[in-house]
Amino acid sequence: MNILVCISKAPDTTSKIAFKDGNTKFDETGVQYIVNPYDEWYALVRALELKESNGGNVTIITVGTAADEAVIRKALAIGADDAVRIDVNPVDAFEVASQIASYAKENNYDLILTGKETIDFNGSQVGSMIAESLDLPYVALASKLDLNGQTLRLEQEISGGIQVLEVNYPAVVSCAKGMAEQRIPNMRGIMAARTKPLKVVPAYASETYTSFESFSLPEAKKAVKLIDPNNMDELVSLLHNEAKVI
Amino acid sequence: MSILVYISGEHAGAKASHEAVTYAKKLGSDVVVVASGNSSDLADLGTYGASKVLVDANVSDADSRQITALVAKAVEATGADTIIFSHDLISKAVAPRLSVRLKAGLVSGAVALPEGDKIKVNVFSGKAFGYVTVKTAKKIIALLPNSISPEATGSACPVENFDAGTGNAAVKVVDKKIPEGEVPLPEAEVVVSAGRGLKGPENWGMVEELAKLLGAATACSRPVADIGWRPHHEHVGQTGLAIRPNLYIAIGISGAIQHLAGVNGSKTIVVINTDPEAPFFKAADYGVVGDAFEVVPKLIEAVKKFKG
Ligand SMILES: Cc1cc2nc3c(=O)[nH]c(=O)nc-3n(C[C@H](O)[C@H](O)[C@H](O)COP(=O)(O)OP(=O)(O)OC[C@H]3O[C@@H](n4cnc5c(N)ncnc54)[C@H](O)[C@@H]3O)c2cc1C
Ligand SMILES: Nc1ncnc2c1ncn2[C@@H]1O[C@H](COP(=O)(O)O)[C@@H](O)[C@H]1O
Repeated sequence: MNILVCISKAPDTTSKIAFKDGNTKFDETGVQYIVNPYDEWYALVRALELKESNGGNVTIITVGTAADEAVIRKALAIGADDAVRIDVNPVDAFEVASQIASYAKENNYDLILTGKETIDFNGSQVGSMIAESLDLPYVALASKLDLNGQTLRLEQEISGGIQVLEVNYPAVVSCAKGMAEQRIPNMRGIMAARTKPLKVVPAYASETYTSFESFSLPEAKKAVKLIDPNNMDELVSLLHNEAKVI
Repeated sequence: MSILVYISGEHAGAKASHEAVTYAKKLGSDVVVVASGNSSDLADLGTYGASKVLVDANVSDADSRQITALVAKAVEATGADTIIFSHDLISKAVAPRLSVRLKAGLVSGAVALPEGDKIKVNVFSGKAFGYVTVKTAKKIIALLPNSISPEATGSACPVENFDAGTGNAAVKVVDKKIPEGEVPLPEAEVVVSAGRGLKGPENWGMVEELAKLLGAATACSRPVADIGWRPHHEHVGQTGLAIRPNLYIAIGISGAIQHLAGVNGSKTIVVINTDPEAPFFKAADYGVVGDAFEVVPKLIEAVKKFKG
């Protein structure tokens, strides 16, 4: 089974969020980039497990600039066979999806996996857009993915419960918590990653539909109001009369 | 301006659906709802501003291609230039597909009505806002639940059958397990959540009791789900569920940045923790420095007294 895993870079989850140039750009000062956790922990690791039990190949793909290669090497160290970088600094999810779909059209994949969302822009758009561009079925936020012949058996968390789905592949699936356990790359993986193939593909023609014009930070929280642990009546009264939430 | 709102029949009675229709009504005078799957709650969407509901009961909520075809057909039939979704599991599968199909820019995670040509969205897991513009003639907005209040000012509207002829579903639902009686976490207005400070799964009785009294859902921090003290679907945060309830009560949770990422959209946060230095207090509206095993039973008593 040949699997394409879409990998995005994301600021380390502990990064300080700040903006520059009149709040029009994310301030990268001191920010470490990591593989977007959903892409790494769930999509990539599940792809590797499927390859380990069924054979095949796991290719990772990133739409990004040369600066993203450190993050790509990290995903290779976890165990992907090879990597593709499409040389575009993307403006929106549609541009990312068009680039990946164009590449996927030229190379046949049984399964295309993405993460649930990127942790910076939280769009949850790219996978579904790839699926539409390739006219494939799409399942969002799968928490389990198993293979049964030509059929994928998937689970999704729906409000409070679980839904089990079946769909034939080829298909596109976005991966959420539950699908796999995080893998920490070992020394051998890190060494091997240095020499694994990383193909750079020039940009395909594509459009953009949306753009981020500016950003803002939420208003600072007022200082916490401390309540005597022996006076829970006061807390209940504040929640009722002041916050009006109960 | 003609606005179309997609609603899943199954969720027609949910608050998030009422919010989406209210949002649409504030955007334009003529609001039509297109729904997949029938439900007796559909006519009631008129109360929130819909002039009519077009429904195709043969479309499966699990098949994004079928729903996309249905909504595209309704866009054609109504001439809508703006399509509204509630940013939930179904819309995450459908709205981006529709964006490609209609060449309509998609703004996902909107938290407010457009200001001029800019739409405010949640980014960095609630740690910041972005302002997005759309270049295409048609646009799609996926509204984050709990961003505006539903306004019931109208009356029930007609529900018409709308056969989109979308064929068979490629994605089949083979099983559905929904535990009964529990409040689903993503829709809960009040959430009681606990972390490793509770020491073991046997101590969750008081958390559940408090939640029950408040009509709340229960949630937990990631390590608690990872060690199996609580089910995975309760895990909130960066890698779990992002929720935006009116009230979030955090018991024995340190307030790591990855946890906050899933809950800092909550309107009011109460933190109960033994450690006055716990980072969660910085994000809290009300704090109680104390031992959960003493404080929570007292809180339960106080709530009982309040509820009479
Ligand atoms: C990439 C990444 C993603 C992550 N994603 C998530 C996520 O989605 N969600 C998430 O929750 N975490 C996530 N984490 C983990 C996160 O960093 C923290 O480790 C985790 O949230 C801590 O859980 P906790 O607060 O329950 O436990 P602890 O950090 O152990 O805190 C326990 C708290 O309980 C208090 N306490 C102890 N005893 C009592 C008592 N008797 N009464 C009251 N209080 C008491 C302590 O003072 C302490 O503050 C992620 C980490 C990484 C690196
Ligand atoms: N620049 C990118 N290159 C490759 N894959 C991406 C890129 N951006 C997003 N993705 C994939 O699409 C998923 C959803 O991203 P988003 O729609 O931005 O939330 C991510 O989890 C990645 O798997």
